[in-house]
Amino acid sequence: MSTLTLKATNKELYTKLMQPDVITGSEILLRSLLLEGVDCVFGYPGGAVLYIYDAIHGNPDFNHLLTRHEQGAIHAADGYARSTGKVGVCIATSGPGATNLVTGIATAYMDSVPLVIITGNVMSTAIGTDAFQEADITGITMPITKHSYLVRDVKDLSKIVHEAFHIASTGRKGPVLIDIPKDISAHKTEFNYDNQINIRGYNPTVLPNKLQVERLLKAIDEAKKPVILAGGGVVYAGAQEELLEFVSKTNIPTITTLLGIGGFPSSNDLWLGMPGMHGTYTANKALQSCDLLIGIGARFDDRVTMKVDGFAPNAKIAHIDVDPAEVGKVVETAIPCVGDVKKVLELVNQKAKAAQSEAWIQELQMMKKEFPLKYKDDNKHLKPQYVIEMIHKTTEGEAIVTTDVGQHQMWAAQYYKFNHPRSWITSGGLGTMGFGFPAAIGAQMGNPDRLVVSINGDGGMQMCAQELAICAIHNIPVKIVVINNQVLGMVRQWQEIIYDNRYSHIDLSGSPDFVKLAEAYGVKGLRATNKEEAQKAWQEAMDTPGPVLIDFIVEKHENVYPMVKQGSTIDEMLMGDS
Amino acid sequence: MNATKHTISILVNNQPGVLQRVASLFGRRGFNIESITVGKSEEEGLSRMIIVTIGDDQKLEQISKQLYKVIDVIKVIDISANPMVERELALIKVNAEPSIRPEIIGVVETFRATIVDIGPKSIMVQVVGDSDKVKAMVELLKPYGVIQLTRTGVAAMIRGV
Repeated sequence: MSTLTLKATNKELYTKLMQPDVITGSEILLRSLLLEGVDCVFGYPGGAVLYIYDAIHGNPDFNHLLTRHEQGAIHAADGYARSTGKVGVCIATSGPGATNLVTGIATAYMDSVPLVIITGNVMSTAIGTDAFQEADITGITMPITKHSYLVRDVKDLSKIVHEAFHIASTGRKGPVLIDIPKDISAHKTEFNYDNQINIRGYNPTVLPNKLQVERLLKAIDEAKKPVILAGGGVVYAGAQEELLEFVSKTNIPTITTLLGIGGFPSSNDLWLGMPGMHGTYTANKALQSCDLLIGIGARFDDRVTMKVDGFAPNAKIAHIDVDPAEVGKVVETAIPCVGDVKKVLELVNQKAKAAQSEAWIQELQMMKKEFPLKYKDDNKHLKPQYVIEMIHKTTEGEAIVTTDVGQHQMWAAQYYKFNHPRSWITSGGLGTMGFGFPAAIGAQMGNPDRLVVSINGDGGMQMCAQELAICAIHNIPVKIVVINNQVLGMVRQWQEIIYDNRYSHIDLSGSPDFVKLAEAYGVKGLRATNKEEAQKAWQEAMDTPGPVLIDFIVEKHENVYPMVKQGSTIDEMLMGDS
Repeated sequence: MNATKHTISILVNNQPGVLQRVASLFGRRGFNIESITVGKSEEEGLSRMIIVTIGDDQKLEQISKQLYKVIDVIKVIDISANPMVERELALIKVNAEPSIRPEIIGVVETFRATIVDIGPKSIMVQVVGDSDKVKAMVELLKPYGVIQLTRTGVAAMIRGV
């Protein structure tokens, strides 16, 4: 049993919320969310959540943002959670409202993002009758939630909300769904917010086995070519300082996965970049040549390992992760360290000593110099990599960057250099197009004082473009970048390289004029077709206080390199002709 | 590593949907289910599932770890790693004209199974035992013509304290 401190910090509000009144389920829900410290909820009303929205009406303490699609709401909640480290919350109605959340729930589940998702359902008496707008959303989302609840009695509601926040935000984080039948949101009961949590089947491991920590230290001592693979778990655990200390003490070269970007400063000499399919030459070679691979909060995704059989063939593998099921799931692990990444590293750091890795570091530094990320720039075309570099330079690497999915995502990962955690927000595991722009709205809501740049392709931008409306209405100052190559770029790249130039259904002709689209919603729109225009447009966007969309018309045929084809080992890289 | 049969005992919260959570986990992770049984346990509010599955040690480890990720799962034990008692019940309705009945009854008694119903042209046999015994009983009754067969799946427990 553990007692959690309720997160509402405003004492006056806390006292008001804790009044033992007899209130409706809807009011209980709102009070509970506020007591959990929720300061912004993204949602979309409908029949089954009318009581809840009625309670929201006129509630001065409850901040709700109406998106234009439920998918926008959940991706925004996701961006809020990833950028703040807090739990993201969204609300949708039953049936289609709830099923519109499914992609966003799966996205959050794959990337371990803490969300609490509130859905309405039909009257409890009508459940199972195929009632209007009924969907078994707890059944539908069972494989993509960390846990879910169907509330059957209003008396359980406050306890369920409290449990949901606890489950979502502890251990390996993830989305938790609460499905509330309409009558439950109307029923009244006495409000009693008990802060006791007692979930018998849920007790995440925080501290690792000390013997395994000793084994890890011994392995570091014996290694000649050690390397660290740091994943999203470092960022989620808030362990960036501990990782930096670990690297400083041991001198072990460090690779950050797509989701681990920002968990280790890219300005550090020992940083080797991103691994995998579009990883840097040095990172991939290091993984293949290392004799000790320390995975930290990384789950050895197939985009990282590529052909598993030939992955890190000479390495003893150590794996630090809060989720025991990740250890040994993909790669055979010699030294498992299950526990909270921050706590494990704290323990390791107490005794960590420099590894004998001087020659190894020299070798890798030479490689970094010889095979840097590069592209063929010219003054005829606007290159997408140039646009990303320009954004990096002018923002001095200090922006929160969200991306959609595709070539622009990989270029952003390669050419924007991050030094802070929670500044890089991207859909890694599920690869969800349509994610980047609404996620940026959520990130901006959670970080009103920071510059948020949303980098999108022309394909993904059209998947949630309707959320331009909320940027305009609420003057959410996201800088929306469209890397426009008039094609589904990553698909084209695969069709070119793997499918013998058989370009099937990738031409995005007929896309809207993005400048006019932005303006139609009341967002400032700019366009750039060459370097000079690009710099001018970007500067204008930076000088404009509100939201701005910049349509960068880039070289259509540009590909992302290095590239490893599926079925190859990660050191079999295509380097491109640049 | 060799894939072998394992009997796993899972203690779960007796919540609606818990069977779905566990069964769908096996489905989506590509784990095999040979048999699954669920019933109340010795403790109020908790149920016990017995799942018979096939896999090597690595797969078994993953099954156990993935099961522990289900919030309603409280305890997972591979009981086949220990001396255990495993029982299954089957009801077998078999063609039995009066003339052939003594022969069938002879087979049934040899197996310490029981006749639980007799109809004009059939008899119903109840057999309780480990899965191999049930299988053997079914094989022996097949020549007479099995009309209907129903098996419960395995219930199992570790021996001793």
